[in-house]
Amino acid sequence: MNEKHLFAVTALFDTPDEIIHAAHETTSAGYTRFDINTPYPVHGMDKAMGLKQSRLGVFALVFGLLGATSSVLFMTWVTLIDYPLVIGGKPFWSWPAFVPVAFEITVLLASVLSVVTMIVLYFKFPNNSHPLHDTPYMKKVSSNKFGICIQADDPTFNQKAVEEFLAKVGGKEIGPVFFDLEDLDHGQHIFDPKFIGVLALTAILVSGGTYFTFNKLLYMEPFSWMSAQAKLKAQRPSDLFTDGIGMRRPVEGTVARGFLPYPFKGKPDEAAKNLVNPLLPTKEVIDRGKTKFLTYCSPCHGNFARGDSRLAGQFPNPPTLHSDKVRNWPDGSIYHVITEGQNVMPSYASQISRDDRWAIIQYIRVLQRAHNAKESDLK
Amino acid sequence: MSTPVSLEGLKKELPAKLRQVGWGLLVVGIAAIALGYVIDPRRMAFDNAIGYLFFTSVAVGSVFLIALEYIAGAVWSTPMRRVNEFLGSLVLLLPLIALPLFFHLHDLFHWTHEEALAADKVLVAKSPYLNVSFFLIRFAVMYLLWSLFYVLFTRNSTKQDTTKDPRLTTINVRLAAFFLPVFAISLTLTAVDWAMSLEPHWASTIFGVYYFAGTVLASISAATVVIIYFHENGYLPKLQRDSFYSLGALLFAFINFWAYIAFSQFLLIWYANLPDETIWFITRWKNGWEVVSILLIIVHFVVPYVALLTQDSKMDLKRLKLVAIWILIAHLLDLYWLVMPSYSEKVSLSWTDLAFPVFIVGLAIVVMAYKMKRNNVIAIGDPKLERGLSFRL
Repeated sequence: MNEKHLFAVTALFDTPDEIIHAAHETTSAGYTRFDINTPYPVHGMDKAMGLKQSRLGVFALVFGLLGATSSVLFMTWVTLIDYPLVIGGKPFWSWPAFVPVAFEITVLLASVLSVVTMIVLYFKFPNNSHPLHDTPYMKKVSSNKFGICIQADDPTFNQKAVEEFLAKVGGKEIGPVFFDLEDLDHGQHIFDPKFIGVLALTAILVSGGTYFTFNKLLYMEPFSWMSAQAKLKAQRPSDLFTDGIGMRRPVEGTVARGFLPYPFKGKPDEAAKNLVNPLLPTKEVIDRGKTKFLTYCSPCHGNFARGDSRLAGQFPNPPTLHSDKVRNWPDGSIYHVITEGQNVMPSYASQISRDDRWAIIQYIRVLQRAHNAKESDLK
Repeated sequence: MSTPVSLEGLKKELPAKLRQVGWGLLVVGIAAIALGYVIDPRRMAFDNAIGYLFFTSVAVGSVFLIALEYIAGAVWSTPMRRVNEFLGSLVLLLPLIALPLFFHLHDLFHWTHEEALAADKVLVAKSPYLNVSFFLIRFAVMYLLWSLFYVLFTRNSTKQDTTKDPRLTTINVRLAAFFLPVFAISLTLTAVDWAMSLEPHWASTIFGVYYFAGTVLASISAATVVIIYFHENGYLPKLQRDSFYSLGALLFAFINFWAYIAFSQFLLIWYANLPDETIWFITRWKNGWEVVSILLIIVHFVVPYVALLTQDSKMDLKRLKLVAIWILIAHLLDLYWLVMPSYSEKVSLSWTDLAFPVFIVGLAIVVMAYKMKRNNVIAIGDPKLERGLSFRL
């Protein structure tokens, strides 16, 4: 079927002032279903056509606010929760640094999403069929003429009356525009599976192609997976410093974390008097003390601190730790011996951390108690 | 479909009442300035510096707007250009307001003190630029350049009223091309000389642009107030709403530009966190100055931004006039915020702060009245006028 239906009557004008006047007259004459086509935006047209303010501005506001809040929230999450990093000695949440980013994202979302909204909501994208397309009228109004088109679905439409009216307001080349019923809904809709499929395929091809090109084909910065970095590496020479060494020596008097200098070097009496075991004999502490004792102490002192070690005979045996002397020693004295060494025993300060030494002492106390159990302990 | 405009009888005088108000304000202003200099010369010198910068903003900014119209080939502003030319004539009176300061340079500028210079390497290094004789030479050269361009622009424009010669417009376009770089450099130097050198150890490369943003705002606002007054009282032929929309949009753009530049200056100094740069903001963030700082953001940006955000508000004459007056006050606050922390660490207000604004408003009215007696309120010979009157966006 190829039946022609009347879509509208169109007329052309030469100047923006004429088209504004025509729009004004058309509104006054009571027509509601009409449109103006101009080669560029003519200011004051909204008012002349009696249009209400476009709601696109509200969309722009919403998208702009969305951009502002989402970017601030994202940066807050990054700097406070996901990856807190001290930058330039500033607080983690440094709002002045967020302002340029938030501003750009606001502008980006407001402009891009407004255009997308306009195309989808008002232009009915992806449907691109319109009766005025490919008409001589459309060719002229997209070049140097200003056109008006009063549609046939206007409640007061009457072809003859409209043509006379347009002639009266000064229109030229007045004529009807027809359309095929088939063509009216020719294009796709936004939820058309074909359209969505093409959209998804395009997205996958573009992102996949980009990923493959940058990460597999091109091996250049910054797509080199950070394998080449312009930084000083540990244990490597560098000509940045005059001595040619990449690593720098710590400043004189630097104290490493967890390695406070021992204040009672060569002073066993003061150590006995001043040092107190900071750890309580809990199960965790004793378990840890046991592990460390079996690792570092038992080779000489024996598994039960009796001085009967696996190395017996090949090495001077240490005395038992169950003697009255050691049992009456304060914790500080044992700590001092582990730290400084005694007789043949060397210092264990570099092998055993401070907390581990105190844990070992707690374990030794447990062994001593086990060897000299009281009646009451057996009950 | 252009409306025929009667261009006769456009040499109207200001009403006698307004002229009397102008003279009254001028006399009160002069008396207040004289009294202020007797009571507290140091404070008055700082008020004078604010007054000088404000006066320069309006006067030189107006000459800039004239040049801008010519070089951009703007049509919409042609019917309003005479207002800029009238306000631009204040340029010739600049020495009047700078004169008292030349006797108080020691009160104002730390770098003029010999004993301070002796103990200060930084000031010695800057002394080839920051010394009194070069300072005065700079002032004289800039004043002569500004006056020269003002006189050339307006002479051609006035001559065109009778000769209707379109070539005069072409000459002014070429003049504008020369004036704009001169303006950019001289305004930067003005900002450096009169505001930045108050704290001679501190430097900011964006400072000239910051003052420029305020200058353009102040000159557009001053012109807007006058234009709307003229329009309401029948001095100008009926202008299209589109012309006022352009005026409002320009004002709105520069409100944003000022905020952009002000924040840029702050952001870079905050980022680098160098003690000799941050000190400038730290002094403005304690002893009550933090209130002025926050007030400045609200008065100079937030309020006018919201007031001019919608399309309709830019064409609403009542609102436009109000915002323009508001921005003139905001620019005064901006200059107070720039200059006064060098006077006292604690925020302080005095009645003498009002002496110069009163004097300047009075002077502007008197000068306007004088110019209007002799000139047409509208550039009737300009070839762009017809299009300007029927301007459509």
